[in-house]
Amino acid sequence: MTILIRGAAVLGGKTADILIDGDTIREVGSTTPAADRVIDAHGLIALPGLVDLHSHLREPGGEGAETILSGSRAAAAGGFTAVHAMANTNPVADTAELVELVAERGRHAGFVQVRPIGAVTRDLAGEQLADIGGMAHSAVAVTVFSDDGRCVGDSLLMRRALEYVATFGGVIAQHAQDPQLTIDAVVNEGNVSSELGLRGWPSVAEESIIARDVLLAEYVSARLHICHVSTAGSVDVIRWAKKRGISVTAEVTPHHLLLTDERALAYDPVYKVNPPLRKADDVEELRRAVADGTIDIVATDHAPHASSTKDCTWHDASFGMVGLESALSVVQHTLVDAGHIGWADVARIMSVTPAEIGRVDGYASPLTVGSPANITLVDPATSEIWSASRLHGGSTNSPYVGMTLPGRVMSTIFRGTETVIDGALVAPELLRNE
Amino acid sequence: MKHLISTRELTTDNAIAILDTAIDMVDVRSRDVKKLPTLRGKTVANVFFEDSTRTRLSFEAAALALSADVTTFTSQGSSVSKGESLKDTLQTLEAMGADFIVLRHSHSGVAATVANNGWVDAHIINAGDGTHEHPTQALLDAFTMRSRLRGDAARGMDLAGVSVVIVGDVLHSRVARSNALLLRTLGANVTLAAPRTLLPREIDGWGATIVSTLDEAIEMQPDVVITLRVQKERMTSGFFPSESEFSEIWGMNDSRLRRLPSTSIVMHPGPMNRGLEISGSVADSPQSTVTEQVANGVALRMAVLYTLMGDSR
Repeated sequence: MTILIRGAAVLGGKTADILIDGDTIREVGSTTPAADRVIDAHGLIALPGLVDLHSHLREPGGEGAETILSGSRAAAAGGFTAVHAMANTNPVADTAELVELVAERGRHAGFVQVRPIGAVTRDLAGEQLADIGGMAHSAVAVTVFSDDGRCVGDSLLMRRALEYVATFGGVIAQHAQDPQLTIDAVVNEGNVSSELGLRGWPSVAEESIIARDVLLAEYVSARLHICHVSTAGSVDVIRWAKKRGISVTAEVTPHHLLLTDERALAYDPVYKVNPPLRKADDVEELRRAVADGTIDIVATDHAPHASSTKDCTWHDASFGMVGLESALSVVQHTLVDAGHIGWADVARIMSVTPAEIGRVDGYASPLTVGSPANITLVDPATSEIWSASRLHGGSTNSPYVGMTLPGRVMSTIFRGTETVIDGALVAPELLRNE
Repeated sequence: MKHLISTRELTTDNAIAILDTAIDMVDVRSRDVKKLPTLRGKTVANVFFEDSTRTRLSFEAAALALSADVTTFTSQGSSVSKGESLKDTLQTLEAMGADFIVLRHSHSGVAATVANNGWVDAHIINAGDGTHEHPTQALLDAFTMRSRLRGDAARGMDLAGVSVVIVGDVLHSRVARSNALLLRTLGANVTLAAPRTLLPREIDGWGATIVSTLDEAIEMQPDVVITLRVQKERMTSGFFPSESEFSEIWGMNDSRLRRLPSTSIVMHPGPMNRGLEISGSVADSPQSTVTEQVANGVALRMAVLYTLMGDSR
């Protein structure tokens, strides 16, 4: 099977034709050979398939909110060809058996590559290390370990975890949140928390953990990744650490690049997320930090929740928002259209670098001959009001419904197979791998 | 105005109109026949997920004085603390015919969520939500200040130029929050006196002056000192070292009362910790308005029910 993508602006630059043969990119240029199928991509931008380092696919245990299949479909609709599945499932992904199960179900669904993230501590309890070596040496060779949802708060345990994971060449993705400083915290601490009478989540609770952990990473010569950076102060600390040569990478979510804590003023739980939405100054600094490379990647922190835990009071609601389908549009809006970065940078922060951090093969040289055919075609010129019809996962807790956002993923190709055609997901039965 | 959720949403005119209506309700309550037929055939549901006998009785008395039927639902059980059950509980009460839901809950924002989400059509009155707001308490406090300070000329007046000190646990106090916002709307000058541990870190929107000790606030010769209740759980969780130190620096006592102008008043939303945030002799002094506040509470809540009744938008 050959597919010819005709006339796409490669990484937003020069127009070219891309010939896919099987699961590999065979030609990139102006030749227009015959192909079994031709995609007219004039006016579209060709990006490498996007890679998410931070998704919650909820399976096993949370199938009422999302399954590996439904989350994979949401990912493909958003232009992703690989996602990392966070470990906070039920049971927790803290053993080789569990991570192999998750990867196998992802392979079976067939929409994206599902890369399991292993827990740092057993049952995410923050007490003893999970089966890190077992997961690293499993069939799926886990390289990213995280207790995300919870912080590895104990300093000694964090030191040991960094050392132990480094033994296997992996990385710890830390959810930076000082547990004591954030007891019962549900919204950013500031004027908004004062007005709402809600327990504030202070920026220093994130920044102090990042400061501690970059120093620990330096001390034990380990690799560290910081999940969902949300404050300007965190950016300062990471900038300092990188300048010092510490091996740290950082991610920001689309929602922290766009939304501020004032969204919480009506107590609408769709805006309840952890870390919380911050202030306009933080949002501006996070955008600048992506532009100057202090923040390496955008990761979705896609966190589906059933309506019963969102159609309720702020206190009772779960933390989190879905983000796979909307990520590229929010990045275009907040970073590209706002003049911070170009499309080649989008490829870097949403595909090349997240794949590098997660050690996912096939993404190092985007859209080049011989690379695996993971390709996303986006129409940057459209702009529309977001509605729930744009969501394809198991849950609808998107903060963007009703907002106008640019861009639309018209085509996603995963290892030479189209998962999105003309802006529509293909049916699951067409992709299922038995 | 269909609901009363927060004093923030009250305009100056709205607030003054409610206070003026409360004057009429005080008159009603001083008559032989202490009832109005306004809410005949209507049902007021008092829904209290957090115990508060005083507030509940006050709303009950107000509803009965307007000839409403009153149903009461109280629960502190964890089985109804989940959001879905809250929604179910309120829809059940409405299905039984509640036209007004007076809602008290230990979590901030519950009244706003109920009013905003279209779970029910009834008028929602926030009778205290967590550490957020307690708007009827602020209105009755404003009513009490205006009556004391303006006397017979009170009707139609705001509180322009009145200086009010709020002292104590501002951080966790829904009374402080509602009062600060309403007093600002009514033109009063608000000063907060508290240790930094009991103040929100940022309160740009309150327009309040902040001082460290009650003595500093007394030097400003305020017209009103509102003392806040110190919750028992604060005493053991590191917000201040001891009750005696708190009382020493932020307690309203005789010596501080003597340094106030004789026309100044001392208020407390109750229930009081005598000897902690307010001394017994100050609480019982002629400058204290504690029992007056309770009496005014019924009239003010009648005024709120009456006002909301007239507007179903």
